[in-house]
Amino acid sequence: MALTPEDVAKLAALARIDLTGEELQHLAPQLEGILEAVASVQQVADADIPPTSHALPLTNVFRPDEVRPSLPREDVLAGAPAAEEDRFRVPRILGEEA
Amino acid sequence: MNEHLRRSAADLAADIAARRISSEEVTRAHLERIEAVDEEVHAFLHVDGERALAAARDVDARVAAGEPVGPLAGVPLGLKDVLTMRGAPTTCGSKILQGWHPPYDATVTRRLLEAGLVVLGKTNMDEFAMGSSTENSAYGPTRNPWDTSRIPGGSGGGSAAALAAFEAPLTIGTDTGGSIRQPAAVTGTVGVKPTYGGTSRYGLVALASSLDQPGPCARTVLDAALLHEVIGGHDPLDSTSIDAPVPDVVGAARSGDVTGLKVGVVRELGGAGYQPGVQQRFDEAVALLSSLGAEVVEVSCPSFEQALAAYYLILPSECSSNLAKFDAMRFGLRVGDDGSRSAEEVMNLTREAGFGDEVKRRIIIGTYALSSGYYDAYYGSAQKVRTLIVRDFAAAFETVDVLVSPTTPTTAWPLGERVDDPLAMYAADLCTIPSNLAGNASASFPVGLAPEDGLPVGLQVIAPPMADDRLYRVGAALERALTEQWGGSLLDRVPERAEVSA
Repeated sequence: MALTPEDVAKLAALARIDLTGEELQHLAPQLEGILEAVASVQQVADADIPPTSHALPLTNVFRPDEVRPSLPREDVLAGAPAAEEDRFRVPRILGEEA
Repeated sequence: MNEHLRRSAADLAADIAARRISSEEVTRAHLERIEAVDEEVHAFLHVDGERALAAARDVDARVAAGEPVGPLAGVPLGLKDVLTMRGAPTTCGSKILQGWHPPYDATVTRRLLEAGLVVLGKTNMDEFAMGSSTENSAYGPTRNPWDTSRIPGGSGGGSAAALAAFEAPLTIGTDTGGSIRQPAAVTGTVGVKPTYGGTSRYGLVALASSLDQPGPCARTVLDAALLHEVIGGHDPLDSTSIDAPVPDVVGAARSGDVTGLKVGVVRELGGAGYQPGVQQRFDEAVALLSSLGAEVVEVSCPSFEQALAAYYLILPSECSSNLAKFDAMRFGLRVGDDGSRSAEEVMNLTREAGFGDEVKRRIIIGTYALSSGYYDAYYGSAQKVRTLIVRDFAAAFETVDVLVSPTTPTTAWPLGERVDDPLAMYAADLCTIPSNLAGNASASFPVGLAPEDGLPVGLQVIAPPMADDRLYRVGAALERALTEQWGGSLLDRVPERAEVSA
């Protein structure tokens, strides 16, 4: 399949990565090569083979619903890029000025 | 070189417990060694000497007071920088986590500290464990102590190189597709990937949750087993943790008896495409196992041919989801927050600036494989191949007790050779990936140096889930016979590092 720099830009936007034009040119042929190499899985995957999502046959694990102390707020906010009034401070969430 | 540096963890611990030497003295020797050689090797991203010495003095005080201590108490250790530890940075080899101090200990870390191990610092790794050479670390590559112009393997190149350069007698790694075993192979050290669920992933910054597994790295088989026992076992904080006792890995490592053990050589992992010296040392080691009483047969696992392709769809898919949490809002780097940009714009700029090439490649491949219209053809097909691989293992383990193969198709390659050739880099994990996809136990043990380049070769052993003890039985048998053959450990032949005075 052909993967153009425009395709990569679209995927990067979905993945929330603002790639530069130079990166798009560099990555597009590499990603195309990887996708060609991994496409062989389609040849062996018969419809009647069940998928495996996990190594272990897992069932849900439950624990008692007990109130336990959470991490101290200051410990959590210490690693934040920005904090204000005991909360995470984030940039405006709307794309345009209201 | 200081006399303590080449000794095994088991011996050091015994002497510390008997007060023949102090943990402080041993720890200081290792800190001085790091100071002397790590500028060149670059196995460590972070070293905290004061904390290590305080921990060592604490063990010495407990021993002096007659308190019982664990079998590795007082022994220094390097922790891969993907496991959290309070009071130290965790970067995962990424700029996006530069300077982040996690507010909690990983379960593996907690168990190490409780057992009295002395954490020297955090070891270098490919960014978020994506890579096979440690060249994808945002903080510069680690160099292979056997030849500093070559890669130490990856992603846990720091943990492996620290052992081979005698900077630490024990380290912790994590293995998603070979990140413990492949570095062990190319540095002549021992690395074990426990059964999936055998060690806790709580506090391990996730790459691919269905594949990641922490494990022990050491210079001897017994040391690895002792470390395995410390970190292994059920953890309620990890919902995929196995609620069963740790297999008797220490007993197996002490025994090393392979009489009657059925060993299957995987036909698909060897032969054409493998470096001649790797194949030769592997074949010799298999013959040695046979001479020690093991029954060797050839086994075919045809689906393994598709394992690499399936892995490079499953892993990127899981990683694109797991790494979505690096959104510049709650922790880590934030770029471009100048008041004019929206949260989404800041997020996009931060991820662009904070992630390296390989992380971007895998996130984008994963995004593609999971996108509607391609999901069935890529991720869905890869999951079916995973089923075939699990079935191949199940069939093989009906007739043999363990499987063996070379750990990796080649010895350590020169730094830079594959850094912009992702498919060549991925091929390094050819033999190690099937075990992660099936979640069973596997390990790499040193079996000599390839004649053509004088670099270490590893033999991989794979055992059924929860039969981790068999790995150690085989490893100990090989170690004992080969040490006798060589007249010492393989690591006796690592070139002496020129120690620069601090």
